[in-house]
Amino acid sequence: MSRLSERAERTPPSGIRRFFEIAEEMDDVVSLGVGEPDFSAPWPARKAAIDALERGQTSYTSNRGRRDLREAIEAHVTRYGHEYDADEEILVTTGVSEAMDLAMRALVDPGDVVAVAEPAYISYGPDASFAGGEVLRVPTRAEDEFRLTYDALERAGAERADLLVLCYPNNPTGAVMDASGFAEVATFAREHDLFVLSDEVYAALTYEGEHDSIATQPGMRERTVVFNGFSKAYAMTGLRLGYAMGPPEVIDGMNRIHQYTMLSAPTTAQAAALEALHSCDDAVVDMREQYDRRRRFVLSRFREMGLECFEARGAFYVFPSVPGDDERFAEELLREAEVAVVPGRVFGDGGEGHVRVSYARSLPELREATNRIEDFLAEHR
Amino acid sequence: MDDERRRVLDLLCEDARYTAEDVARQLDLTPEDVEAHVEALENAGVVRGYTAVVDWAALDDGIVEAKVELNVELDRETGYEDISRRIAKFPEVTAFQLVSGDYDFALEVRADTMNAVSRFVSEEIAPIPEVTQTVTHYVMETYKDDGIEFDDGETDDRLSYSP
Repeated sequence: MSRLSERAERTPPSGIRRFFEIAEEMDDVVSLGVGEPDFSAPWPARKAAIDALERGQTSYTSNRGRRDLREAIEAHVTRYGHEYDADEEILVTTGVSEAMDLAMRALVDPGDVVAVAEPAYISYGPDASFAGGEVLRVPTRAEDEFRLTYDALERAGAERADLLVLCYPNNPTGAVMDASGFAEVATFAREHDLFVLSDEVYAALTYEGEHDSIATQPGMRERTVVFNGFSKAYAMTGLRLGYAMGPPEVIDGMNRIHQYTMLSAPTTAQAAALEALHSCDDAVVDMREQYDRRRRFVLSRFREMGLECFEARGAFYVFPSVPGDDERFAEELLREAEVAVVPGRVFGDGGEGHVRVSYARSLPELREATNRIEDFLAEHR
Repeated sequence: MDDERRRVLDLLCEDARYTAEDVARQLDLTPEDVEAHVEALENAGVVRGYTAVVDWAALDDGIVEAKVELNVELDRETGYEDISRRIAKFPEVTAFQLVSGDYDFALEVRADTMNAVSRFVSEEIAPIPEVTQTVTHYVMETYKDDGIEFDDGETDDRLSYSP
C-alpha cells in the first residue's frame, strides 16, 4: 500500500521528463525545448536584488507584496487597458504558477468544472484537480490558428463549466488573440456564467500588434482574474515572481490561502521586479526585437522545408505540424539529429501532430537546429 | 539612412557572416533586397570591410598588442591629415583615430613580440618630425572586443526541456 495520497498517485509525471532523460545522455543537443528566455534579467533588476541583500532586506514583506511594487504594477498594466487597485485588487505571488494554484483553490469547489483551452501550459489541469475540480478540455484548432472561439467552447460542451482558463499569447502555440476574438469568448462566458482565469505572462512578447486582454471586454472585469509576471518579459524565471489581478473578494480569497502557504513572495525578487518596472522598458523592447527576428527566421526556414506552420505572433514559440505521430517525431529528431523539441500532445488536446519549437536561442543555434531538422526531414521523406 | 538599410547594417555588425538569406529571413525581406542594401552601404563607404574578431592570446604565436598615445605639434604647412596619411599606411597599425583629450592620436599596434612593438614605435613613429611624445600601453588581457566577450562562452545553464 502506497504511503502517498490518492492525489499524488493520480498526478501523472510530466510528459517531457522522458525526453529530458534521453537528452541528458547526449553531447551535442541543440535544444529548442526550452520554455524560458535565453537572456539574463536586465542588469538594473539584478543590481536591485544585490542591493536589497546588501542592505539586509531579508525579511518577509506584507502578504500581498510590497506596496510600492503593487503600485508600480497598477501603473504598469494600464498599458494593456487594465485598471486595478494596488490595495485591494493586486496580489504579488511566487510566479504565475502559485497565483494559478491559489485562484483554483479560491474559486473551485469539489465537482466544479474547469474548462481549459488547449493546447496549454501543463499546470492548469493539475491545479484544477488539486482543488477538487473536474477538468474539461477545450481543444483549439490549427485551422483557427489556435485561437479560442465560441464554436470551440460549444463543441466541447463548456456551457456546463464554472471556470475557463486561457493563455494568450499562448504557450505552446505562439497564438495571440485580438479584441474581436475575445468578444466571442466573453459572450460565451457571460451567457453561461463562467469565471475566467486569463494567463497573460507573455503579454510583453506580442509581435505585429498590441496585446489584448479578455478582462477589458464589457462585463468581464468582474468575472476575470488576470495573471502576469516577470519571468518571460524580464527574463526572470528563476526569481519566481508573478502577480494576479481581479475583483477584491477573489484577490482577498486568494490572499487568505497565500498567507498560510507562501506567506509572501520572495523579498529579493520583489526588489528586482520593482526596478524592472521602473527602468527596464528599453531592455524589454530590445529583447522583443531580437525574438521577433528569430521568429521570422524560424518561420521562414520551416516554410522552406514545407513544414506547415501558422504565423505565430506571440511568446517565443512556433508550433509546426509534423509528419506522423508527434511524440515519435520528437524522439527520433532528438536521437538522430540531436535537436530537442516538445511533442504537442504534452500540452493537451489539439496539440497532437505538432511540436513546440522555442526560438529563445541565439541565431547561430537556430540556424544549426533548423539545418539539422531539414536534413532529418529529407532522410525520412 | 532609411530604416530598412539601418536594420541590415545592425545585423551585419552583429555577425558579418550572416548570408543575405539569413538577414532576409530575420527582417522579412528578399535576399536581393539585402544584397542591394549591402552594396549601397559598401559603395557609400559606410561599410569599409569585414574581418574576424580574434582573441590573439588564444594563439600560441605570442602576438602582442599595444595602445599608443601620440602627441603631435602642427605648423602652418602640416595638419592632422598629413600626419595621418603617413601613419595609417604602416601594417603594424591596426587602428588609428584622432581623439579629444590629453593626447592627439590613439593607435593600436600589433606585432610578433614586445620588442617588435617598441622597435616599431621608436623607429617608425617617434622620428616623425611632428611627433612630440608617445606613450605605449601593452595589452595584458582582452575581455571584450568589437562587442564580443572573450569568456568561455558557455553560460547557458537552462534545462534542455522546460514547460
